[in-house]
Amino acid sequence: MSAIEGMEVAVHHEEHAHHHEAQSFWQKYVFSEDHKVIAKQYLITGILWAVIGISMSVIFRIQLGMPDSNLSWLRPLFGNWISETGKLDPNFYLALVTMHGTIMVFFVLTAGLSGTFSNFLIPLQIGARDMASGFMNMLSYWFFFLASVIMFASLFLQTGPAAGGWVIYPPLSALPQAHQGSGMGMTLWLVSMAFFIVSQLLGGINYITTVINLRTRGMSFDRLPLTIWSFLITAILGLISFPVLFSSVLLLIFDRHFGTSFYLSEIYINGEALPNVGGSPILFQHLFWFLGHPEVYIVLLPGLGITSEVIATNSRKPIFGYRAMIASMLGIAFLAFIVWAHHMFVTGMNPFLGSVFMFLTLIIAVPSAVKGFNYITTLWKGNIVFTPGMLFAIGMVSLFVSGGLTGIILGNSALDIQLHDTYFVVAHFHLVMGAASAFGLFAGVYHWFPKMFGKMMNRTLGQIHFWFTFIGIYLIFIPMHYVGIAGFPRRYYQFTSYDFTHKFMDMNMFITVAAILSFLAQFLFLFNFFYSIFKGKRAPQNPWRSNTLEWTTPIVPGHGNWEGEIPAVYRWSYDYSKPGAAEDFIPQNIPYSQTLESNFPHENELIATEKEIAAQNFNDQFNQAH
Amino acid sequence: MENIQQLKVDKEPQETLAMDPMKFILWLFLVSIIMLFASQTSAYLVRRAEGNWLEFEMPKIFWYSSAVLVVSSLAMQWAYFAAKKDDFKTLKIAISVTFALGIAFLYMQFEGWKDLVAANVYFVGNPSGSFFYVFTGLHGFHVISGLIVLLFAWRAVFRFKVHSKSLRQIQICATYWHFLDLLWLYLFVFLLTFN
Repeated sequence: MSAIEGMEVAVHHEEHAHHHEAQSFWQKYVFSEDHKVIAKQYLITGILWAVIGISMSVIFRIQLGMPDSNLSWLRPLFGNWISETGKLDPNFYLALVTMHGTIMVFFVLTAGLSGTFSNFLIPLQIGARDMASGFMNMLSYWFFFLASVIMFASLFLQTGPAAGGWVIYPPLSALPQAHQGSGMGMTLWLVSMAFFIVSQLLGGINYITTVINLRTRGMSFDRLPLTIWSFLITAILGLISFPVLFSSVLLLIFDRHFGTSFYLSEIYINGEALPNVGGSPILFQHLFWFLGHPEVYIVLLPGLGITSEVIATNSRKPIFGYRAMIASMLGIAFLAFIVWAHHMFVTGMNPFLGSVFMFLTLIIAVPSAVKGFNYITTLWKGNIVFTPGMLFAIGMVSLFVSGGLTGIILGNSALDIQLHDTYFVVAHFHLVMGAASAFGLFAGVYHWFPKMFGKMMNRTLGQIHFWFTFIGIYLIFIPMHYVGIAGFPRRYYQFTSYDFTHKFMDMNMFITVAAILSFLAQFLFLFNFFYSIFKGKRAPQNPWRSNTLEWTTPIVPGHGNWEGEIPAVYRWSYDYSKPGAAEDFIPQNIPYSQTLESNFPHENELIATEKEIAAQNFNDQFNQAH
Repeated sequence: MENIQQLKVDKEPQETLAMDPMKFILWLFLVSIIMLFASQTSAYLVRRAEGNWLEFEMPKIFWYSSAVLVVSSLAMQWAYFAAKKDDFKTLKIAISVTFALGIAFLYMQFEGWKDLVAANVYFVGNPSGSFFYVFTGLHGFHVISGLIVLLFAWRAVFRFKVHSKSLRQIQICATYWHFLDLLWLYLFVFLLTFN
């Protein structure tokens, strides 16, 4: 154990700051190393980004659904991007689409979702005082903040932010002449994303290390809540895929600023040849989608994990198929790395290779279906409590299933020829990845709000918020599938000048109206969230009568989470409605020796091991340091 | 309820698996570097397969620099053994040698770039040359970060903070330095094979 002694040198100093000096305002709320504060910082930043990102979508939806509307009321905000006659600038339309994608995928559903809940729940649910490295964790947030500031600043450039789509395919993104957004806007996009990648790697490395090394006594891998499993797998996906995005971005930066030809080849602009020779734009797509596809699961898996926990708790039933849930998440994570080329079926790739990727893509339906069935069978005959968190979790399952079904269609390399880059794709990924993950995020916020702020959110308001959002989402995206089948391409400024699109103008308008209504419903959430932080009802210790360790902490946990010893863990986290038990839940820290009336035979055998578990190494970071 | 019964927990309670978090963090960091270079080298192969590929001879100096880095890695291991035995005199010499050889490696890589330019292989031009500069440059950048880690270890050694009971810092430093050595050997062989 010489290693631990050696650790004193490094950690000792840091720990002193926490225990023996009163923390200043800056240490406590701004440059905090406490995982709970960092989680809240991620959450609030994520919410701000979501407001910006979703507002953008409403503006371009108005352009698509009501092309004749007068937008001059937006001139105070957007200035000359709205013309004198109230028309949205077509270049700015492209910028809005691009920034909406970037913001929602990376800043809201990656940083806002993973950053919030991995940070908040990992130490609390595995029984750790804090993350493995509080300093790296703080650094992770502030790199994200820096990335946010740069991306936000790019919105105010005179030439506009990046406008080549969130996938930034070269040559559009590589040549400043290609589009005004490909100048300074693209530069800032790339710089911001570089910092974002650093932030994700710092965070992800920390999550993995914490889950593997800092679990409390008795918290074996088969007793980990599924939330923790999902965060662990998400972090591993990020660790493997974000460096690849960094690679592709780096080569793009060299092409843009140093004149290399990784992605550029024989291009003529206004009749003049560019000096670049021998590059391959398809190479960028390979590199980008090697991140891009796992990124879909980086966004989705935390939502799936949160849903598992919320559904089991509020059905008052053990999760159905705990091991199958873990196996299917591992399966999805593995498959995520070998399906990227299904985004590139129409790049002229070898049709045989296309069918290989099609086959691998369709296999994803298997683990996804396992998850779908397990959620439904967990709900089956449960004593369901319809808290807002539960409603959103059920809604998440619904969106995951209905969005996943169209994935089977899109994964087919022949059908993709017709559907590629149409609104069918847009509808598909908004349901299965966008809305489903957002519902996971909402479920998590409603469920863990009492632990975060020690207050309860208003239940009725939450339920109203759910129904408006749920119905709104389907009203937006189900019609959008039809628009896509009809052949509407993505990222077009307007459809009024083509014959085949005329018939669908009313449907586009319908989608826009639904989008505006669901957008307005989100203000219910914003009000509920911020009002409850200050004026909400005080939360009890364990409001949802849940089993996991975070509910054994004080109502508002201080730094270090538990006063006194960290509890030991004796059972899995899904002992709900166990036959014979007095209550319908048995928390993880209750030993089997105290629940003789409800134990199964093999659990009685485990009683003998309890003393050993209790005597084990505490893994207590704070004690080791002293 | 059947599914609960399927969930057999091992009879013997195991200590919850735990290693030194800082070393674990280092290993994960190495994974991200591996992915960075894996993606770069596979991009190289994908692009090379498309043709229009400039072939050139790798300058001789990269052979010598590779040897220098291997020796530097050996010196690092020598330093680690010395620290384990509390042999401070050897430790100081060994870690200084490691550092000096690291600097020498960087200098030789830079000379290698000059030779490439002399051979009309430029950063801007055919991607085969550009990739060569990117690989060596990215690796060089990581060697600089390794030198910074080494510098901290060096300072700790000269303040007698590294000894047989406090090996963590030099272990982390040695792991990283060996990794950078292996990484370069991989890139070197790769560039030789697929020139």
